[in-house]
Amino acid sequence: MRIGLFATCLGDTLFPDAVRATALLLARLGHEVVFPPEQTCCGQMHVNTGYQREPVPLVRNFADTFGDASVDAVVMPSGSCAGSVRHQHEIVAERYGDPALRTAVAGVKAKTYELSELLVDVLGVTDVGAYFPHRVTYHPTCHSLRMLRVGDKPLRLLRAVEGIDLVELEQADSCCGFGGTFALKNADTSAAMLRDKMRHVTATGADVCTAGDSSCLMHIGGGLSRIGAGTRTLHLAQVLAATRTAPYALTEAVR
Amino acid sequence: MSRPESRGTGSTFLGMPARPPRVPYGDGNLRGEEAFPRAAAGELRNEQLRRNLGRATGTIRGKRLAVTGELPDWEELRDAGAALKTDALNRLPELLEELERKVTERGGTVHWARDGAEANAIVTRLVKAAGSDEVIKVKSMATQEIGLNEHLEDAGITPWETDLAELIVQLGHDRPSHILVPAIHRNRDEIREIFLKEIPGVDPSLDSVPAHLAAAARAYLREKFMTTRVAVSGANFGIAETGTLGVVESEGNGRMCLTLPETLITVMGIEKVLPRHQDLEVFLQLLPRSSTGERMNPYTSLWTGVTEGDGPQDFHLVLLDNGRTAALADAVGRQALNCIRCSACLNVCPVYERVGGHAYGSTYPGPIGAVLTPQLAGMHAADDDPNSSLPYASTLCGACYDACPVKIDIPSLLVELRHQKTEESGRSAERLAMRAAAAVMGRPRLWTAAQRTARLGRALAGRDGTIGRLPAPFSGWSDTRDTPAPPKHTFRDWFASDEGAAALRDAAREGERRRAERRTSGDDQEDQ
Ligand code: SF4
Repeated sequence: MRIGLFATCLGDTLFPDAVRATALLLARLGHEVVFPPEQTCCGQMHVNTGYQREPVPLVRNFADTFGDASVDAVVMPSGSCAGSVRHQHEIVAERYGDPALRTAVAGVKAKTYELSELLVDVLGVTDVGAYFPHRVTYHPTCHSLRMLRVGDKPLRLLRAVEGIDLVELEQADSCCGFGGTFALKNADTSAAMLRDKMRHVTATGADVCTAGDSSCLMHIGGGLSRIGAGTRTLHLAQVLAATRTAPYALTEAVR
Repeated sequence: MSRPESRGTGSTFLGMPARPPRVPYGDGNLRGEEAFPRAAAGELRNEQLRRNLGRATGTIRGKRLAVTGELPDWEELRDAGAALKTDALNRLPELLEELERKVTERGGTVHWARDGAEANAIVTRLVKAAGSDEVIKVKSMATQEIGLNEHLEDAGITPWETDLAELIVQLGHDRPSHILVPAIHRNRDEIREIFLKEIPGVDPSLDSVPAHLAAAARAYLREKFMTTRVAVSGANFGIAETGTLGVVESEGNGRMCLTLPETLITVMGIEKVLPRHQDLEVFLQLLPRSSTGERMNPYTSLWTGVTEGDGPQDFHLVLLDNGRTAALADAVGRQALNCIRCSACLNVCPVYERVGGHAYGSTYPGPIGAVLTPQLAGMHAADDDPNSSLPYASTLCGACYDACPVKIDIPSLLVELRHQKTEESGRSAERLAMRAAAAVMGRPRLWTAAQRTARLGRALAGRDGTIGRLPAPFSGWSDTRDTPAPPKHTFRDWFASDEGAAALRDAAREGERRRAERRTSGDDQEDQ
């Protein structure tokens, strides 16, 4: 399959390791990974903060970049960005776009997937041949869980990883308190939510807390780093990309 | 008397288009004194509150999941509830007129109130006409919303709350903090203190065993039920077809108020109307299971007009608009009027769970409050209107949407209200920043240049590669979280590099080798 990779603005700039893992994983599975350099950002931050006019060029840029019929599917290592493409681009195009944009948005939306959806639903694989001999706990991010309804796909992928010690996270489905600009606008409430999430994460005794969204991991990981906790955060793609020949060394920098 | 304007399809505007009025400023309980983030910060310092809330919402969440999970047709019921409410709102004017007709036919009197001030004046006039200086009250959100109690007190009429939790709030000179459990923020020791201090003649040796506390309240209330001649209630439903009003409750105090007094005055938000009696079959399943986690609520009282020799002989229905037609006029936001006030969204909301109801500054707290309050009362009645902070009081985690028995898409409504807020507030620093970000991100070349600049942020990082303190507006973030420094290379740099191309080739080859191995080992389990 020819798969268009959308790095997401955060992934490209701040968490390239997670995007790299996504690309390597897909290549390992025998697919051609295309990275159109025209891509930038999905505009989620704008829409979620209340701005729907401003991201029109971003929505257009996304549709132009990935609408190209030569890619069979578009993938992104982020549940919230996939949610933004699937649910918000239409709202923006409907309100401030032209008919051409609306058509383009509907077209690209239909072939856009978050990583675990692409692997399980489109490529039909749950055992990706990964090797990760560490204790891992999984945090289902809100947008993957409730906007995309990825269900237990990430867990099925993780369970198939060789050597993994997967431990359950208490109150896994409660929000970590990130919420994009929520963490800035309501910093105190966000911090209170983060404290509870960190308590549950550290109680698992896991080496690694993984999730499908770098933004939530930045939040949880930033908090864990501040309190000097032993658990580190790692994107799901990085767990799945690790193999016996190229294992992931926990001593490597978290990012 | 105002009537809701027809806004269904086919209605024509003559003259200047105008929006129906919102709740006037300074009236009722739909606006707090400070913006959510500040109010929340205050509440967050109250450890006891957070423990009380965490325990209570946790328990009720579990109960709700158990009783909704046991119904095989729960999703269909939710769909039915949403469809019935949407239909009712689409033909609100017609249904309300039918309701008025039926109530009148059965000997009741219908009053129309444009806003809280009108409703309060109507109720006060009716109580005085009945020759009473006190009323017993059934727990009611509508009368909370308009501040009826305060208004009655100003007019020399004493309102007695009879719902146990509402009584605790009233005796504690406090404000309710939850739709269903107004005293959710109090524990039993605090309640004992309040009773000892406020109930005349209470046994001084009263302990904090819940049954004993309830018995003390019961003895106190019994006397009010027997002596007060006027009752004020809200309504969970008003059935247009028959003119029937309905209240569901757990304690039976409501039924006492609805049956013992001579005069009964019901204040009902106009969105509570349902077309047919049969519709109750859906809502009497949805409501108790979502709100208290019970299969059926203990008391369901239905009454229609007046019946000679049985129950109140004088019945009044006050139909309250108070910003509801304004909400109805909003193509997206009107969905919020589907709300049946079950409070399920509050109990699953991670924000509500931490800060409690008072931080929202409104009768309607939690996720639904964050959309309903700004819609009813507007977000710009004053500079820095606290209501404009409410749509931001959510991480958009979506738990409320999943819990809502009538499938109100609260996260989408929050996003819509945020948009309306920024559209109304025009140019702001935030808007300029958003515009600048979009301008850069809309052009790949500028974006690549900006990424390079971002890497200058590495200079801020300490030796561990993380950034500690950041300046405003990021300081709230950096108080509790480290931020990773931008790595030396972006993903796009890597992908375009020889190193990246080689790594991808290696990965492809490795995969190929493994697949070949599997084929030869006879393991035909295809993995792609
Ligand atoms: S919005 Fe839905 S969940 Fe929340 S109180 Fe209303 S009906 Fe219940």
